[in-house]
Amino acid sequence: MGAQLRVYKRRIKSVTATKKITKAMEMIAASRVVKAQRKVTASTPYATELTRAVTAVGTGSNTNHPLTTEPETATRTAVLLLTSDRGLAGAFNSNAIKAAEKLTARLEAEGKEVEIYIVGRRGVAHYNFRERKIAEQWTGFTDEPTYADAKKVAGPLIEAIEKDSAEGGVDELHIVYTEFISMMTQSAVDGRLLPLSLEEVAEEAKPKGGEILPLYDFEPSAEDVLDALLPRYVESRIYNALLQSAASKHAATRRAMKSATDNAGDLINSLSRLANAARQAEITQEISEIVGGTAALADATAGSDK
Amino acid sequence: MAAELHVELVAADRSVWSGEATLVVARTASGDIGVMPGHQPLLGVLESGPVMIRTSDGGTVVAAVHGGFVSFADNKLSLLAEIAELSDEIDVQRAERALERAKSDADASAERRADVRLRAVATR
Repeated sequence: MGAQLRVYKRRIKSVTATKKITKAMEMIAASRVVKAQRKVTASTPYATELTRAVTAVGTGSNTNHPLTTEPETATRTAVLLLTSDRGLAGAFNSNAIKAAEKLTARLEAEGKEVEIYIVGRRGVAHYNFRERKIAEQWTGFTDEPTYADAKKVAGPLIEAIEKDSAEGGVDELHIVYTEFISMMTQSAVDGRLLPLSLEEVAEEAKPKGGEILPLYDFEPSAEDVLDALLPRYVESRIYNALLQSAASKHAATRRAMKSATDNAGDLINSLSRLANAARQAEITQEISEIVGGTAALADATAGSDK
Repeated sequence: MAAELHVELVAADRSVWSGEATLVVARTASGDIGVMPGHQPLLGVLESGPVMIRTSDGGTVVAAVHGGFVSFADNKLSLLAEIAELSDEIDVQRAERALERAKSDADASAERRADVRLRAVATR
């Protein structure tokens, strides 16, 4: 076998192996998307009921809670960025990080100091590489987040927002995550979690029936209920964001791996064509060598005959 | 037919139980509270403890609830809990072991959780 042909054969073999791997990763990601989506659906009843309850307290009582009232001038804000632990998901992480950077720039332009909280190794690595300060970071659970993980993330954030901004606390809490719209579309979005604007929450709760909320009897009191309710509300929102982010990550991985598999297939095709041409060239050369050889031999014998 | 109320018992990551009931007894911060059909709209903070639901077909469903909320309006009762388990789902031996372990480790919250589970099973 000629050297040229051998090189092509070797490359085809290695691309075939890569294709097998990417194909497997694609299928694993596809099954994980379904699982993650199911988790999002399973967590919806809790989130809906909680939103209803928050709306009920917010509209049914005139309590002033630090988590629902907007400070006159917000000076410090916290941004929670959700990324994934692992890459190979196309532009998934860079989109989320870009959205966070844009939000940070906007907040800083408004004269606010931004503290960044990050979930996922990719985001942490991005900020560490640029030697930027991270207030707090969590890694290791982005593929399959549980409610306990959401609690772990929410804890320090709630603590920070309850503290006065002069003592290192924050006035606002923003969250940046990747919303799972469909299998093909996921987009990085940012939203303000706290202080809660009750109108917005009420707007969200409304389409499910459009009924007027009744006057509730609070047990033990409206303030106490709100005190207990709001941290749970934040946790459930973070939990939902974590789940959506996980589903989006798997969908992005699936898409990236699908195009990698397709590309590997194309590469194998064109390499096989090149290998065929090389083989054909080799054969042609061999034939012409034989023909040339015989002709030379014939010439030589013809000469000795004379 | 006796009056009924619709009950939804949901945990953070799943819906645990839903159905029609005639009486629900739960423990709020200021004491046990019983809700029957037609109760005044109510929103309360739940303590860890067993929740008893008397279903409309005469049966009783008991669940261990670890913190959460109860809200009642329009004859619909929602029990929201971070963790909720039906008493049939609770593994008694495991809960007993957890209680022992929590006692020896002096882990108050784990001890409380295990205790709530066992109480829910006892009222089954």
